[in-house]
Amino acid sequence: MAGTHHTPPPFFKRGPAPLALLTFYLALSLALFVIDLRLQSLDPLRRLVAAVTDPVQRVAQMPGGLVDHARGYLRGLDDLLSENAQLKQTQLRLAPDLARLEHLETENDRLRKLLAVKEREKAQGEVAQIMYTARDPFSHRVVIDKGQQSGITAGQPAIDEAGVVGQVTRVFPFSAEITLITDKDQAVPVQVVRSGQRSVVFGLGGGQLELRYLPANADIKEGDLLVTSGLDGIFLPGFPVARVSSIERENSYAFARIRCEPLAAVENFGEVLVLAARQPLPPRPPESAGRGGNTGVPVKEDKK
Amino acid sequence: MIQPTFTSSRILLPVRPGFIWFSLTLGLLLNFLPTAHWPGVPDWVALVLTFWCIRESRYVGMGWAFALGLCMDVADGAVLGQHAFAYVLLAYTATRQARRILWFPLAQQAIQVLPMLVAAQVIQLVLRLLAGAEFPGWGFLLGPALATLLWIPLTYLLLLPQYQPLEHDANRPL
Repeated sequence: MAGTHHTPPPFFKRGPAPLALLTFYLALSLALFVIDLRLQSLDPLRRLVAAVTDPVQRVAQMPGGLVDHARGYLRGLDDLLSENAQLKQTQLRLAPDLARLEHLETENDRLRKLLAVKEREKAQGEVAQIMYTARDPFSHRVVIDKGQQSGITAGQPAIDEAGVVGQVTRVFPFSAEITLITDKDQAVPVQVVRSGQRSVVFGLGGGQLELRYLPANADIKEGDLLVTSGLDGIFLPGFPVARVSSIERENSYAFARIRCEPLAAVENFGEVLVLAARQPLPPRPPESAGRGGNTGVPVKEDKK
Repeated sequence: MIQPTFTSSRILLPVRPGFIWFSLTLGLLLNFLPTAHWPGVPDWVALVLTFWCIRESRYVGMGWAFALGLCMDVADGAVLGQHAFAYVLLAYTATRQARRILWFPLAQQAIQVLPMLVAAQVIQLVLRLLAGAEFPGWGFLLGPALATLLWIPLTYLLLLPQYQPLEHDANRPL
């Protein structure tokens, strides 16, 4: 193979000046940065580069996978037996509820039909394994082992056995990226189970969530359960999201500061269920004159 | 006999471009390891890139930095252009300083590389904070310090294929 020093340095033809090159590359990077942040239209480029980096990433994941495998192998029979016994107990405990679930669902369907209310959607999904946490220290994302090949699309919610984990934000051919609900840019519309009050929960980073836009005198207590409200048309209603952990009410602010703990094992590795995309919601009714914008007051739907 | 000693006057064999490719790919691989979340793990790609920009400033430059930066952005799930911007600036500084830095002994080279690597991290931090991300903690800035300590072993390691035997053996001309 020829070394780089074998050719004499070109004295008169040296390409563009370093400063010009620097300006060019910096401008290009900045342009990419802004376009990616503001317009989010660079996914084809991302997929192209991912085709190069993906094999390297897979190789890099191998040692960790081997260690996990070895640990699982060496964990011993005792652990598995106790876990099995525990799971059996859990199953037994849930059995009465589960046995009646089907009965209740059919009854619910029938009653809803009687009331002429739209049927509840059933949750369907695809189980995926979390492969690793995305390296970017500025955000909270994980990468799962299913992608376009399994029909996953951006926007699908992901849950685990305890509650909502996050939402698929980017899809690659063989993997997908889930933004966790604790990410700063992630918001989930929720409802307080006890009072039925609706709001939006935002990620805070560091494994915490904040419930915003609730007035200082709102009816909310520590320990209240928050479930998805389903108003966004993305998350199905009724999935547990978080539990209120602390409330600060200050008179100088219009809103209370409400911290919540996520219920799902958001920061852990494991399996998640990526829920199928919801059926589109019926179109919004036209806004009546005299009501300015969204006041948060539920609008009564016109009877047919 | 190969003697891993370093003096700036020592005549080295020409570098093989294949080895540069190999070392940078290895850097990417090390970066993708699941260790990336531990505080103080250095950015291997930035380190190896700085090394080659200083050593082979006519061959490795901003083009490489940009391409590697894009790879890192995609693999990280970061905003596109974040690493690229930092790496391009890093490559430019390293290339400009290359002729000067190479005159110093290794420990002093390491001290001069430290501000470049810190700057590369700080640039990424500032870019993301401007874009409204959360602060990742001071551990993010710990990586360059460790990378600086690794400069001396890294130099020996990456120059190993270029050392030539000090004593010529008539029976073994190579």
